[in-house]
Amino acid sequence: MTATAGVFVRETKPEGWNRPRTIAPDGDGELLEVAMGPHHPSTHGVFRMDVALDGERVIRLKPVFGYLHRNHEKIAEGASYLAAMPYTDRLDYFCSLTNNWAYALAVEKLTGQQVPERAEYLRVILAELTRVQNHASSIGFLIQEMGASGTPLMYAFREREKILDLFESLTGSRMMCNYMRFGGCRVDATESWLEAAGKVVIGLPGFVDEIDRLLTGNEILMARCQGVGVLRPDLAVNAGVSGPMLRGSGVNYDVRKVDKYGIYDRFKFRVPLGDHGDIYDRYMVRMLEMRESIGILEQALKEIPAGPVMDPKAKIRGFRPKAGEAYGRIEAPKGELGFYLISDGGPNPYRYRVRPPSLINLTVLEDMCLGHDVADVVLIFGSVDIVLGEVDR
Amino acid sequence: MMTVEEIKAAIEAAVPGADVEIVANPSPSAQHSLRIGPRSAAAVAEFLRDDAELALDYLSNVTGVDWPDREVTEKVTVTRAVAKIVHDAEKAEEETVEETRKRVVPGYMEAVYHLYSMEKKHGPVALRMRTENRTDRVELPSLTHIWRSAEFQEREIFDLYGIVFAGHPDLRRLLMWDNFKDHPMRRDYVEPDDFEYEPTAHDEVKTRAEAHRAAVAGTGSGE
Repeated sequence: MTATAGVFVRETKPEGWNRPRTIAPDGDGELLEVAMGPHHPSTHGVFRMDVALDGERVIRLKPVFGYLHRNHEKIAEGASYLAAMPYTDRLDYFCSLTNNWAYALAVEKLTGQQVPERAEYLRVILAELTRVQNHASSIGFLIQEMGASGTPLMYAFREREKILDLFESLTGSRMMCNYMRFGGCRVDATESWLEAAGKVVIGLPGFVDEIDRLLTGNEILMARCQGVGVLRPDLAVNAGVSGPMLRGSGVNYDVRKVDKYGIYDRFKFRVPLGDHGDIYDRYMVRMLEMRESIGILEQALKEIPAGPVMDPKAKIRGFRPKAGEAYGRIEAPKGELGFYLISDGGPNPYRYRVRPPSLINLTVLEDMCLGHDVADVVLIFGSVDIVLGEVDR
Repeated sequence: MMTVEEIKAAIEAAVPGADVEIVANPSPSAQHSLRIGPRSAAAVAEFLRDDAELALDYLSNVTGVDWPDREVTEKVTVTRAVAKIVHDAEKAEEETVEETRKRVVPGYMEAVYHLYSMEKKHGPVALRMRTENRTDRVELPSLTHIWRSAEFQEREIFDLYGIVFAGHPDLRRLLMWDNFKDHPMRRDYVEPDDFEYEPTAHDEVKTRAEAHRAAVAGTGSGE
């Protein structure tokens, strides 16, 4: 961790070092104010940035949220614990299975339930498949925003389709999987499903190699991404940034390694880190994480034991956790996804809070964009990798 | 990782006059939390972040919680003097009775901060702060200048719960629109009755919309 040794050095920083940065316009002082979004094609949904421009340079950038707000937390507080599970699918609709897992983990912490071995393996397999397809399509979108219309995104979607087919045959739905339960998983995977999953996983390294050959050494990609949107590691930690963005800045922190939730302590995998904290590093971290995920998948598919997928003592009807509270978090593909639950002993949560990685990673968007051109803003925003269903909840 | 008792002792040693209280969590998660007084909150937070052993440099999650006024019924044993007539003479005697009393526990709102350490890889430590009530004394100190990740999350709590974070650099609504009046995550929030634009005219919605229209027509305020 030589490049990142500076992160944890305790130095006295000047007052206000972590405040939002400002820069002064250098032209004749006439600023153009542009609302990018909510219907801009690069905003991945309905998201608006109010940008002040001095020529092409960004002088100020204020994100505006709420276009997709439906008060997810209020809905879940009015529903039973189990009824909130399908709603979690709609948070980050690219990665419904990791959302399920984070919620199930928080409830299991609240009630102290145990999860059978086979269910833990299935959860790992599904979460890592989700991570591969999320990172693949996120890279595809990033290149799309750079102007390479179509090809890389369709390569990514071709692979994603194979993984979504697996999800569909196991859970009944491609994207809204609603698969995990408190104390296990909803249905067991058949032998033929595991075989099909094995076949998809065998094909994945070839796909990552292909993308690697196509993009990583590409001159345009390097010119557009290197040194653009730099995020300092100390600010990344202070601003609560998580996931590939945090590791792209060189901070060695992966919840799978730190919390060892589920059975992640049994698998051998490395945590890829960036050096410069720019868009290119975030892209590389995602590429390398896909390779590590494939490694985890191979181990998990080989070792998965037979057995039940639900804790036989798990209570489905009349599920009322004892009064108390719990905060559970996992390493979702987009960052640290947490659920904070307070129970008052009733059938629905007294307080249900989602810690959305997509929203909190946007805290530093302005800091990364200031001084860059409008075209770079689109790229920097794309490299954060957000889903508006989770930002606005 | 230090226990909450040790953290409390460390805070009290480092921040003179800090008001810290342990809130036990009876659930199996055993994540106990520390309630800190708003007055010393900034100093306590800064200590937690900068202390070499704790090094809680990562604020993961900020949550607003609403605890409305609630009525508790409790049984109390009261001893009181009763005048009794014994053998034609009035005598004061003591009598112990069980009485059922009702009392209202005033409500408050809470902000909960979940902290982790990236340097030491431990956590979570939960901090809680309480407002004085739910109506007019809803101010809490902002911790955004200590952990920047509170910036959007405190804005969200201000928006949905109405807790005012003093010292926040940019305290605006985050998810609701700017001229929205109420705080929808509060427990006693009532949905507005103007459903003119509700596309699904089910009976209940229709009745409410008609009642609303009649009320508006009655006051003569117009649309």
